[in-house]
Amino acid sequence: MDTFIPAEYEVVRNSELCIACRVCERQCSNGVHAYDKDLGKMTADSTKCVNCHRCVCLCPTHALKIVKSDDTYKLNANWSNQTMNEIYRQANSGGVLLSSMGNPNDYPIYFNNILVNASQVTNPPIDPLREPMETTVYLGKKDVEIKRDIQGRLIDNLPPQLKLTTPIMFSAMSYGSISYNAHESLARAAEELGIFYNTGEGGLHKDFYKYGKNTIVQVASGRFGVHEEYLQAAAAIEIKMGQGAKPGIGGHLPGSKISEDVSRTRMIPQGVDAISPAPHHDIYSIEDLRQLIYSIKEATAYKKPVIVKVAAVHNVAAIASGIARSGADIIAIDGFRGGTGAAPTRIRDNVGIPIELALAQVDERLRQEGIRDSVSVVVAGSIHSSADVVKAIALGADACYIGTAALLALGCHLCRSCHTGKCNWGIATQRPDLVKRLNPDIGYKRLVNLVTAWSHEIQEMMGGMGINSIEALKGNRLMLRGVGLNETELKILGIHHAGESM
Amino acid sequence: MYSNELKLKNAPLEGEVRIPSGCAVSAIIDRSGKRMTGADIIDSIATMHDRSNGLGGGFAGYGIYPDYKEYYAFHMFYNDFQSKKATEDFLITHFEIVYSSEMKTRKIKKVVNEPIIYRYFLSPLSKRLANSLLDEEQYVVHCVNKINAEIDGAFVFSSGKNMGIFKGVGFPEDIGRFYLLDEEYAGYSWTSHGRYPTNTPGWWGGAHPFGLLDYSIVHNGEISSYDANRRYIEMFGYKCTLQTDTEVITYVIDYLIRVKKLTLREVAKVISASFWSTIKEKSDEERAQEEFLRKAFPSLLINGPFSIIFGFTGGLMALNDRLKLRSMVCAEKGDKAYISSEECGIRAVAPELDRIYSPAGGQPVIYTLKEGAEI
Repeated sequence: MDTFIPAEYEVVRNSELCIACRVCERQCSNGVHAYDKDLGKMTADSTKCVNCHRCVCLCPTHALKIVKSDDTYKLNANWSNQTMNEIYRQANSGGVLLSSMGNPNDYPIYFNNILVNASQVTNPPIDPLREPMETTVYLGKKDVEIKRDIQGRLIDNLPPQLKLTTPIMFSAMSYGSISYNAHESLARAAEELGIFYNTGEGGLHKDFYKYGKNTIVQVASGRFGVHEEYLQAAAAIEIKMGQGAKPGIGGHLPGSKISEDVSRTRMIPQGVDAISPAPHHDIYSIEDLRQLIYSIKEATAYKKPVIVKVAAVHNVAAIASGIARSGADIIAIDGFRGGTGAAPTRIRDNVGIPIELALAQVDERLRQEGIRDSVSVVVAGSIHSSADVVKAIALGADACYIGTAALLALGCHLCRSCHTGKCNWGIATQRPDLVKRLNPDIGYKRLVNLVTAWSHEIQEMMGGMGINSIEALKGNRLMLRGVGLNETELKILGIHHAGESM
Repeated sequence: MYSNELKLKNAPLEGEVRIPSGCAVSAIIDRSGKRMTGADIIDSIATMHDRSNGLGGGFAGYGIYPDYKEYYAFHMFYNDFQSKKATEDFLITHFEIVYSSEMKTRKIKKVVNEPIIYRYFLSPLSKRLANSLLDEEQYVVHCVNKINAEIDGAFVFSSGKNMGIFKGVGFPEDIGRFYLLDEEYAGYSWTSHGRYPTNTPGWWGGAHPFGLLDYSIVHNGEISSYDANRRYIEMFGYKCTLQTDTEVITYVIDYLIRVKKLTLREVAKVISASFWSTIKEKSDEERAQEEFLRKAFPSLLINGPFSIIFGFTGGLMALNDRLKLRSMVCAEKGDKAYISSEECGIRAVAPELDRIYSPAGGQPVIYTLKEGAEI
């Protein structure tokens, strides 16, 4: 018999404000709200509430709020309510716990312990409102031999590069895990911004081939939706070796989210769970990776950069160094806070390392090996703001991927229930009635707004440092100082403590 | 590394901390190759006295050792005679020492705490050179780095052929006279530097110019891209021990010219690249060249304020940062060309000029000897 698990959050309705218009009822895909005809008023079943705030946002009289329930088991510093509930849940079901979005637990966020420099007196800050302030970045290999033509002019023999107008891209989120309208919003925003979005491992919907020049397509262990035309359509191809939210395992897409359209795009049966293999079964070692990289390059005539994405794990520096020597043009590193549409809770919450430390070590190792130039480094896994972008670049990244922040712009409220497929915001769902709640005309504009706002902020911070080109920020660690970090952390990050001078 | 009694004040040495500086720079070249004493360059930099604060001054002269022009001229600072002995033991096993002597200096009231200063004319031992599998220049650079890094109290501050760097802690005009540049030396090209550091550099090696073989740099500014440039260039075997802008800029230019074989104008387009919006407006050919250079060498873009004068055998290059955040004026009179932080630094020695102008940010000005000039 199932143990009852009390609601974690409670729906609180101000009856004086409520006009019983039943908007909340219509908006809630979890069936929390109901209208009691006899009483003539709204009721709520908080046990079904995932705290997505859809009802709160749409209530015309602001009669609703969601509060943390004060119901509690006997307080225990060792056995928290959540830990106990998880045990009840597993005893009820016998299953692996599933979660969505990034690791929410109380681990350090190193970005918040890093401060940025600014110019005073000895060199001038630069005013981005009055002077050019360049955020354009090219991703790809730079280590070419200088060649000249017969007139002595330099020959541009650089391998293919991705041009970004600002060092931000939308990270991999598959069609299936998120909706058609979410994908359309990302694609159109990427096009308007002059950046890239990433298909994730779910293939590319036919309707979106037209955004190809702003699209990165992914090749993951399940090879869903991978075919020649798919590779040809893209600006770059990403081999997904791992994901920050679930290092060591493959992607998960619950069958409930595999609609007819998703099934066609992924080239898999409808309604059946799509669980990618943990490894690529043609890659059991670094030399195998090289073969896949070059297979893809052959298939695309060496015209498109190949990205290799890995999760930030303990030995990430050596792994990245191996990838750099294997022909990859770009390495994407996904930190342990990275988001997901569905992952086993224990893996999401316990595997991997913070992106700040992984990035610092990868950048340093590639420099020690003298091969930093042979790859670009893109980082992901909880880039919260433009300040995190600035700090990541100063630590050594070429650009950042944002996933969760992009979804927030589209309306996501981080209820972390994507795996249920009942997203009230029309993002992480395939139910047509829910999907249509996300209007791509509005969604894409909000994404453009977000990235534009961040770019302005990046320019402000660069200008303050006396830097007017993002290239001069890359790896410029003297611009960073740690606060409240111990010596080991500072050593790994390769930065001084605040108060230590240059 | 050399230290003196300034160290006793507990201030960290140059190299232990990064010291921002303001500065004056100036240079004169006679494009006919005719040699001139250091008197004019001293007058030029002295006119800009207020741009220095007495904590560093220096000069580089080209064509000053015509009788020894085949040999590498090492100028050395020694802390004590032990470091001198250790260095000479090293030199004798790596070079033929053609001539050596203590540097002739003149006592100047305001120049104090000078180290022991020596000069050597050297030729690499052919067998050592062959065994090293390096080319001759690499071999010499390697030896310079070894002395500077490994022999405590010894510092090579000049290592080119037929050129020399002279520098120290003091106002530049005093340093010039200290080394008798106005009497003992004549060269076809001179650069100079007066430093305004925010902190005591602690030792003479921290003064400018900074040299590597026959390249020398004088620089005014505080670059904001320092660590990006440093961490990139250190991938290629350079070691930035002094933590100064001048040092890293020298290495960047050396790498681009000597290793990547770029022309001076191409170097300028890497370190002081045009804005993308400017590049877009250029002719197809220029655009292709500049785009390639920016895409290939993004980490060598030098950002933040600077004006530099790069000296090399046969010429000078003046370059400002892309926003021209530091003043710099160029002028010509007959065969002579002048570069200075301020116009007064030129007018003081050449009141009548054929042409005087301020180069735009990122616009390199290159003066080289005329064809057939003897040096």
